[in-house]
Amino acid sequence: MAERSFAREVQDLRLGDGEEFRGEGILAVTKALLQSGVGYVGGYQGAPISHLMDVLADAQDILAGLGVHFETSASEAAAASMLAASVMYPIRGAVTWKSTAGTNVASDALSNLASGGVTGGALIVIGEDYGEGSSIMQERTHAFAMKSQIWLLDPRPNLPSIVQAVEEGFALSEASNTPVMLELRIRACHVHGSFIAKANRKPAMALAEALENPVRDTGRIVLPPASFMHEKEKIEKRLPAARRFIVERGLNETFPGDLDEIGIVLQGGLYNGVVRALQGLGLADVWGNTRVPLHVLNVTYPLVPEALVAFCAGRKGVLVVEEGQPEFIEQALATELRRADVPTPLYGKALLPMAGEYTAGVLSPAIRTFVETVAPALGRALRTAPSPAAVLADDRIKNLARTVPARPPSFCTGCPERPIFSAMTLVQKELGQHHIGADIGCHLFAINPPFEIGATTMGYGLGPSSTAALQVKAAKRPIAVMGDGGFWHNGLLNGIGNAVFNKHDGVVVVVDNYYSAATGGQDLLSSRADNKTRSTRHPIEAAIRGVGGKWVRTLQRTYDVATMRDTLREALTTTAQGTKFIVASSECMLNRQRRERPAFAAAVKRGERRVRPRFGVDEDVCTGDHACIRLSGCPSLSVKRSADPLREDPVATIDQSCVGCGNCGEVAEAAVLCPSFYRADLVHNPSRFEVWWAGTQARIIRWLQMRRERRHMVLTT
Amino acid sequence: MLDVNLSADRPITLAILAMGGQGGGVLADWIVAMAEREGWVAQATSVPGVAQRTGATIYYVELIRRRGNAAPVLSLMPVPGDVDVVIAAELMEAGRAIQRGLVTPDRTMMIASTHRSLTIPEKAHPADGIIDGRPVLEAMHFAARQVIARDMQALAAASGSMISASLFGALAASGALPFSREAFEATIREGGVGGAASLAAFTAGFATPATSSEAVKTETGTILGGTPTQRARLESLLRRVDDEFPVEARPMLRLGVARLIDYQDLDYAGEYLDHVAALVALQPSLASEAARQIALAMAYDDLIRVADLKTRQGRFARVAREAEAQERQLLDTTEFLHPRLAEICATLPARLGKRIEASPAMARLLTALFEKPRRVRSSRLTGFLQLYAVAGLRRWRRQLLRHEREADFLRNWLDLVASEAPRDPALALELLRCRRLVKGYSDTRQRGEGKFARVTGALPQLAGRKDAADWLRRLRDAALADEAGKALDGALATVATLEDGP
Repeated sequence: MAERSFAREVQDLRLGDGEEFRGEGILAVTKALLQSGVGYVGGYQGAPISHLMDVLADAQDILAGLGVHFETSASEAAAASMLAASVMYPIRGAVTWKSTAGTNVASDALSNLASGGVTGGALIVIGEDYGEGSSIMQERTHAFAMKSQIWLLDPRPNLPSIVQAVEEGFALSEASNTPVMLELRIRACHVHGSFIAKANRKPAMALAEALENPVRDTGRIVLPPASFMHEKEKIEKRLPAARRFIVERGLNETFPGDLDEIGIVLQGGLYNGVVRALQGLGLADVWGNTRVPLHVLNVTYPLVPEALVAFCAGRKGVLVVEEGQPEFIEQALATELRRADVPTPLYGKALLPMAGEYTAGVLSPAIRTFVETVAPALGRALRTAPSPAAVLADDRIKNLARTVPARPPSFCTGCPERPIFSAMTLVQKELGQHHIGADIGCHLFAINPPFEIGATTMGYGLGPSSTAALQVKAAKRPIAVMGDGGFWHNGLLNGIGNAVFNKHDGVVVVVDNYYSAATGGQDLLSSRADNKTRSTRHPIEAAIRGVGGKWVRTLQRTYDVATMRDTLREALTTTAQGTKFIVASSECMLNRQRRERPAFAAAVKRGERRVRPRFGVDEDVCTGDHACIRLSGCPSLSVKRSADPLREDPVATIDQSCVGCGNCGEVAEAAVLCPSFYRADLVHNPSRFEVWWAGTQARIIRWLQMRRERRHMVLTT
Repeated sequence: MLDVNLSADRPITLAILAMGGQGGGVLADWIVAMAEREGWVAQATSVPGVAQRTGATIYYVELIRRRGNAAPVLSLMPVPGDVDVVIAAELMEAGRAIQRGLVTPDRTMMIASTHRSLTIPEKAHPADGIIDGRPVLEAMHFAARQVIARDMQALAAASGSMISASLFGALAASGALPFSREAFEATIREGGVGGAASLAAFTAGFATPATSSEAVKTETGTILGGTPTQRARLESLLRRVDDEFPVEARPMLRLGVARLIDYQDLDYAGEYLDHVAALVALQPSLASEAARQIALAMAYDDLIRVADLKTRQGRFARVAREAEAQERQLLDTTEFLHPRLAEICATLPARLGKRIEASPAMARLLTALFEKPRRVRSSRLTGFLQLYAVAGLRRWRRQLLRHEREADFLRNWLDLVASEAPRDPALALELLRCRRLVKGYSDTRQRGEGKFARVTGALPQLAGRKDAADWLRRLRDAALADEAGKALDGALATVATLEDGP
């Protein structure tokens, strides 16, 4: 069950002809898939395309009604392999993931798929995680498209264009027997807009029909001599077919303008940014009218040389706006112009930065320089675009650099992973600093303050193998961290199996929070929830033992910092041979609260007895050393100015957002910090006897308190 | 050749800077829903990603009045220098918005919550790492066309709602959007869940702030409880404060006296005044700092003090208040204590305590018996009585080992200050302040004493230098900079290289 419920959005998937769909870009894609008669969908969740997976997971009945098969793939490789169903059968399939992280994982299957080619439309929806908000290495999916010859769509970032790209994408794939990638940038995935829907279509051919009437063709299988034929076919048949389709359907758009001595060639995804930049210079308006002719590449691979040459010919200069590097499009265009002997000067990375996101702030000055260089007269007439330069030049603003702190992501309030790293910190205080290989997932936040734990991260589920070279005899053992998400994605074999087989001596900590939490709390094999459509509750420990793990400890309550610390110490110091596995299990607090809060409130309403724990700090006992925060970093545990005028340092305080996970108290105990922490259990609907007994004790306590306080004089301050 | 005439229409642009979990998305959704119900075209986008997990994140919205079926081309990201409304859900996020060039004098209505959500380095600092927010407020008023800056978090919390609601109210009040208050409120109602609370917070955010009324202060300096003789003795102590000490030090001294009668008794408060007086005789300028530091040093944090504070009526009331305990609800309070042998011996009569410390066998036994995490239910009679009994040891505190050691520490420290007071008042002042290094319990306390020793250990190298005080201050700041004391190592290394100086 995902972090966010899409119960309402699911209804939008039922919209019929002419009805208006309003919502997020990635949800529009989901509706477009159903409108296109997709037969099966798979993928691996991850920002910015998680919602595509989540909404389909919540829409299983609709999918069943249409006969659409939906899978939550174990990895992007598994998702890409799913597209094999479209190789021989005229069935449309779509898969999705975060790129380039996921495309790296899927490459093996993608290369094979692209080599043999497809019959049914095969669409790969790519969340291009590039620029602000990205959580991965900065690379381009474009390179994958070129090396495997998979067509790449980069539509203008508005819902109608995106929906059209899905529909045309399938058609293009079928017309050219080639898989197609649909690239959506982060903001396009999250953009709120609207489009006019069409009714959903059942797949042209039912999957069951294909299964019952199997078809095969050795010529489609990647093995010599077929593989050599495939490469020829790619160039002689599929590429020309694709270019013909792109031209016939007018997938790329040319927006005319009166300033025809200049022109701009751009990726569709950058259209809105370019138009806004032109607007600032007085060359376009908010309704998309432009004075500079634009050639918008909604298909960025393959390019159509004739169309590009035709657009460039006769102009004094053309600007290529292409985000990221290397600048494949600019290079290709330059080559085509040279071949066609068209002398039009080409500007691109010469004026725009080679690397980094093309924000409006970057585009505007580049376009200005372009115009000024190519058409000086026009350049002088340009309006001055809005700019913060004057403000930013002021010392009062410059000095903010010394004031405003960075705010990297961190563990949520009550996160069960925090105590694991508190314990690791305590162990390292005893045994010294260790080499700790990190992995992908929420636990990677441990690299930030206060823990600053984790040396490298090599990829999802690759934490343990990232310490493989260091598995040698030494005074210290390497530690590797891996989440349950990574474990089932790739880690069981490349992490655990690899460690067992190579007799690693190190420690592997598997952080099990019951979900693929970082991507939005999707279920996994080891999830504890009952999932009607998936098989869950497969313990991680059983899997580890299954591949030969011997020394395995499973902790069912990560908040028990002392036990966690002692287990880690044992794993690091035991004489036992082989890899030491620690499975640290506790439910992701975000998801747990989402499940428990309403249930708790309902129970209290029904008059049932319920206890809500919350933690607090006695500010007059706290001495303001903040050791507790250095071992926790919980958002609900902060500091405030002391009410005591004698004390200089701020004291610890716990705010209303505390969920009573208990980490504060456990850490205070385990690290023998200070006695300031207390837990206040609020008992809702207590029994009569409880009330009476508590009242009696309270009365005696109050009498004792008054007795002592009468004796002591107070001077009010 | 075609001729293009461009429309002058421009969208209203809003950027929302928030932290994951603050409901920035809800705010953006409200704005979109309102615009659409008012017949406008709205586009919103965001780059949450991992920032959803407590990190800084930005939401961007553009609104434009519908023109038939024409589809506007709206930006997916804020254009620096071209943002009409910037909403910041926290003070430093407002600063970030300004740094990004989103706030400009010709255009931007800046709506910011002035509350702070401290970053981990600010919280984790061993002393005081809280960043001064004033530069952001100044920058805000310089960079923005208009500023609405209030503690929107407090307003929301008071209404039991999220900050997004109070910010939405402030947005309505700002008049930056061409929509009526009714439209805003209708949008919240149509949003459903938590509507009532959200509307209350909205109203609070909408209202123009009442001129901040001073909090009613309780009469200070009044004496409560005690026998007539005790009261008379306290009055004489207070007279002593007024007669013997410089005027600027008297408030701090009264606090000190109040603290020490609360901590121990009148005699102890008397000793306190004697200690301060001794230093003032040597160097009057030390009075205020001496009054503060000596009071803190004498009111050292021991088990008795902890038990005392945790068993008071006032504390019980505060816990109930913070837990928001309602009628027909019970409150059960559990204390997390971990007394170690050292603390246990320190709470025994000096001789006995030392003997036990000296005997490994006894030490082992007591460790086995007592040194373990204890969860004491102070709201239950059994637990309360344990703490109450420990607090009762106060009567004998002066005979206990801990007091003997604290007294030694106090004496040595004050002697050190006294030795420098006549010739280098500045240095003496810094020495007084070094007491700040010694705080906390168990390990923390030991680490503090270690740092105190290392810092004051540098005195021989420094004494006599014109900039000695300066150097000592630097050493102290270094000692407070990080837990491990890396900064201090560096600073001491530097001091060691000083040749006989200016």
